[in-house]
Amino acid sequence: MAGTSDRKDWTKPAAMAIPKGGFFSDKIEKGRYGPIFPRTPACYGFSILAKIITGREEVFYEYARNIEKTIASQPDALAVLKLHYLRWVLFPIKGDTYFMYQGIFDTDFDKYTEDAIALFGATGITTVFENLEDFPKDWKTNAPAFIKFVRDHQCPSFLEYGEYPYATADEIKKALRVKASLSEMLDQMQ
Amino acid sequence: MLEFDDIQHILLTRAPALTGRYEFLTFRDSVGGRAWLAEILEKVPSAKNMRESVDKEKRWITVAFTWNGLRALGVGEATLATFPEEFRQGMVARAEMLGDTGANDPSRWVDKTASSDLHAIAILFARDATERGRCEIEHQKLIAECNGVEVLSTLDLEATPPFDYAHDHFGYRDRLSQPVIEGSGDEPTPGAGPPLKAGEFILGYPDESGVDPPLPQPEALSRNGSFMAYRRLEEHVGKFRDFLRENGKTPEEQELIAAKLMGRWRSGAPLVLAPEKDDPELGADLQRNNNFNYKNEDPQGYAVPLGSHMRRMNPRDTAANINRRRMIRRGATYGPYLPEGTPDDGQERGIAAFVICGSLIRQYEFAQNVWINDRNFHELGNERDPIIGTQDGTLEFKIPRRPIRRKITGLPAFTTVRGGAYFFLPGLKALRWLAAGPKAS
Repeated sequence: MAGTSDRKDWTKPAAMAIPKGGFFSDKIEKGRYGPIFPRTPACYGFSILAKIITGREEVFYEYARNIEKTIASQPDALAVLKLHYLRWVLFPIKGDTYFMYQGIFDTDFDKYTEDAIALFGATGITTVFENLEDFPKDWKTNAPAFIKFVRDHQCPSFLEYGEYPYATADEIKKALRVKASLSEMLDQMQ
Repeated sequence: MLEFDDIQHILLTRAPALTGRYEFLTFRDSVGGRAWLAEILEKVPSAKNMRESVDKEKRWITVAFTWNGLRALGVGEATLATFPEEFRQGMVARAEMLGDTGANDPSRWVDKTASSDLHAIAILFARDATERGRCEIEHQKLIAECNGVEVLSTLDLEATPPFDYAHDHFGYRDRLSQPVIEGSGDEPTPGAGPPLKAGEFILGYPDESGVDPPLPQPEALSRNGSFMAYRRLEEHVGKFRDFLRENGKTPEEQELIAAKLMGRWRSGAPLVLAPEKDDPELGADLQRNNNFNYKNEDPQGYAVPLGSHMRRMNPRDTAANINRRRMIRRGATYGPYLPEGTPDDGQERGIAAFVICGSLIRQYEFAQNVWINDRNFHELGNERDPIIGTQDGTLEFKIPRRPIRRKITGLPAFTTVRGGAYFFLPGLKALRWLAAGPKAS
């Protein structure tokens, strides 16, 4: 069932070795669209690797500029994804160009899959997916096909590390707000 | 334009019934199953029939089928394969993800709905017990005439007193927040949001994504149909009342605890609009009792706790794409009324309800898996829905308040799942298509 691990000690850095395949066979949690990859000291996340359609590299750079503008004009555009970080990478293998899309989240992707697909469409994130080989053309109406693509191209970690393990982005933002409020309070006391 | 003359009445209307009965059926013989269907479909009203005759009718029948039931009626494998994966698997196969574990595990269900022999449900809503009894006998006669059609289990429905408004055995006013379908002719009450595209609930129409979602094939079978999740939920009334007494020193405090668990006072008055004191007049006023939101009116949950039942089942403006998660709820209470002050008699009582939607995985399963049973919903950390979530005594319920929140630990389970299944609810033409058998396809 959906749920996160019990609260863990964020003061103690932690590493987790992950078995081949990305799951701990004795505690696989089922989601609506299949097994859920485990939460680690580096939170939930995915690393999607896929080959891009030959000659489409420039689309990716144009896309990057568009995403930058989208987030600048609408900073909460990706809020529903409960993100820490996203990284987009292009790299060559034997003359072909491959794409890696890596996300660090506080929620497993299965939970808000349909919201993510709607968001990807609205913000243009799927612009790059449409330039990947084997991406389903009917992804807008076929969530299961989109999800199958993501799962088929997910390369699970075999090791993850967190310097402040299991702390969520919301908790970190709350802590920073408290710090800012305390600073403001101390300023007012001068 | 909605095809009112083809859509089963339960999708668009609510019968003015005080009682009813569910009969869960199996078809040992496809010819017998189709004979049963051919006979009973003449008694299944469309939404149009229902609206025209509601004042004079005394009973309203609905029929729906499991995926195994469609096969048992003779539907071919190629057609069966076009139904969505979650419907093909059925509720039992999805149990862990739905939270149906421990006391809620399908192996403990009492009505044989966990059996792969479950093929169909006949739903009867009746004005009174006399009419229900008459229909029960008529149905027994019909089944006796149809080879291989057997009743796996039945459930009699009973409204709980007082009868002047719908409420559950815990005393909470029910039927307060239902989505309105565009083109249905119904007007949303203030705060209920605009009417939703029909495809969110009825197959064959555009949904809120703006496109026609894929349909099971052929269209003759799927058009004007829908999917239904059935849940038989026992309510542990004695345990619930004990909990209120243990956590509230005065009757007023106990009533406030009940309101915090739900998000509304038992009268129906929402805590956002009546945070300190119950307002029964507000609770009964459909023009006012849904007219609120959370993002600006109660962001911290000082009125409605972030983990309360109402906030989970409809997070309103605090969830993304809320219009793609809405569901139609139908059903009724069952079991004997337990008067206040009476010790629990151990008899089963509860709610036997249907959640109707265009996509079980996107709407019903999302609500069950994420809104109801996600321990970290709204960053709560260690909570599930206090009324219908999977509770094992290890979770908590937090009530925000100044200066320090109240945290109730070791929350007991107030409800237990006693039965459940996924059904396909065909339109009337599709019922005839099914009754005609494989030659028709």
